[in-house]
Amino acid sequence: MADSRDEPLVLGIETSCDETGVGIVRGTTLLADAVASSVDEHARFGGVVPEVASRAHLEAMVPTIQRALKDAGVSAKDLDGIAVTAGPGLAGALLVGVSAAKAYAYALGKPLYGVNHLASHICVDQLEHGPLPEPTMALLVSGGHSSLLLSTDITSDVKPLGATIDDAAGEAFDKIARVLNLGFPGGPVIDRYAREGDPDAIAFPRGLTGPRDPAYDFSFSGLKTAVARWIEAKRAAGEEVPVRDVSASFQEAVVDVLTRKAVRACKDQGVDHLMIGGGVAANSRLRALAQERCEAAGIRLRVPRPKLCTDNGAMVAALGAEMVARNRAASDWDLSADSSLPVTDPHVPGHHHDHVHEVSKENLYS
Amino acid sequence: MLLLALDTATPAVTAALHDGTAVVASSSQVDARRHGELLLPAVDRVLAEAGTRLDAVTGIVVGIGPGPYTGLRVGLMTADTFGLALGVPVHGLCTLDALAYASDFDAPFVVATDARRKEVYWARYADSRTRVTEPAVDRPADIADEVAGLPAVGAGALLYPDTFPRAHEPEHVSASALASLAAEKLAAGEELPAPRPLYLRRPDAQVPKNYKVVTPK
Ligand SMILES: [Zn+2]
Repeated sequence: MADSRDEPLVLGIETSCDETGVGIVRGTTLLADAVASSVDEHARFGGVVPEVASRAHLEAMVPTIQRALKDAGVSAKDLDGIAVTAGPGLAGALLVGVSAAKAYAYALGKPLYGVNHLASHICVDQLEHGPLPEPTMALLVSGGHSSLLLSTDITSDVKPLGATIDDAAGEAFDKIARVLNLGFPGGPVIDRYAREGDPDAIAFPRGLTGPRDPAYDFSFSGLKTAVARWIEAKRAAGEEVPVRDVSASFQEAVVDVLTRKAVRACKDQGVDHLMIGGGVAANSRLRALAQERCEAAGIRLRVPRPKLCTDNGAMVAALGAEMVARNRAASDWDLSADSSLPVTDPHVPGHHHDHVHEVSKENLYS
Repeated sequence: MLLLALDTATPAVTAALHDGTAVVASSSQVDARRHGELLLPAVDRVLAEAGTRLDAVTGIVVGIGPGPYTGLRVGLMTADTFGLALGVPVHGLCTLDALAYASDFDAPFVVATDARRKEVYWARYADSRTRVTEPAVDRPADIADEVAGLPAVGAGALLYPDTFPRAHEPEHVSASALASLAAEKLAAGEELPAPRPLYLRRPDAQVPKNYKVVTPK
């Protein structure tokens, strides 16, 4: 391996939801991960308000870029590229980041890479555990997504095996937290209560786990309704709701299905490792149960530290660096934000470039 | 001096370069849904037309609205980031003021742009350089008395002839007018506003209603 300074130095911008993230990486090395969150402004609404998020991104962008450069100790003129989340996400929020990235890349004379938010969630693990195995099995779980993805090359080939047919896992956490009056966001607070509760106290349903159900799809809507009904029945009977046991039992139902299906996908596809990413990957019980089940199945588990699982700019920079390393075509100056960018498009190449040349893997970082 | 002017607060996506004496290049396209895609190529075009590069720019002025938020932010974010990368000052200027400047009126008149939702962003002017009211957002019928008898410019005026029977061109703002007005003000030693958006409305945010009971009655 050559001097690490030969690896691409990339700044990544992420604004798909409520975090303004700016990260800087060199190849697979994390140099800076600056995040400004507007989560407190959304708390009283019980969910992310798109216009509030967009306004906050505009205010936070320049200071967050400055902080990232300072943390990384690099100069903007030394960057090899600017990457940005082009989608999927909230349209107005994405547009702020895309506008900033385009202006920054243009002003600095650097190539621009519009990349996919979901592929970035997978690629971020390179900053923690080194280059991704190929193929990589990834379980992505957040407030917006619950998907099983198989990728042979994170810059060009991401295949969806399954996804939620209704609510995302993180959404279910938020909704149950609201029913329990625990505030927003629901994930961290339910995780905390669940640690003091009994996961077997209440038998909540496991969605789509029947023999004829799709093997890799998820459903959390029925679970959400069952938990809400159970709580209402307690309240109607004038009994106290055992918040800890409800939290633990609900959480167990979610992570049981997630890990069961992820491990099954690995076995079916003959993949001997599993990557878990997205905000819900910060959940302590998901991490523990995945570890336990992967070990039992002889699968190597890769989960980045919690701060890299939630939305951030470093994950965008990580995928951008991989785009540079593999000679992927840069995006054009008319790059648009695409709120429903398909998971199968890891990036948005420009129309005016030559065809992408496949680079042999041996050439990477060497 | 080389001033780059941008405005995305109205359906117009517009950019211009001003050398301190005159506008040397400009671009205007009207497409309310594609601000994000059109702005950077427009900047690239005006620089090429003027035979220069972005790093020759000594200052930036951007229309701060009022305007529909999503488009408005494209210009502001672009200007902010150019300023960061180039290390040059970024100024704001009220978009309605640039429309007023382009109208060339020397008597009282009104500028009104389309605020959607059957409302207009508007302000009253004593002449093309002098605004006399703060920019506001209102239903046309509610301000009929305040604008009665006055000529008016802007898409908001053209859209509501009942309230603005004397509506004129220009319909949309041009960065040329924005640049010229900014150059004039800077030459006169005037301080321009900060490049922060004039939203004039609070974000639409419904506090979720009490959690919906799902148990069948
Ligand atoms: Zn995410």
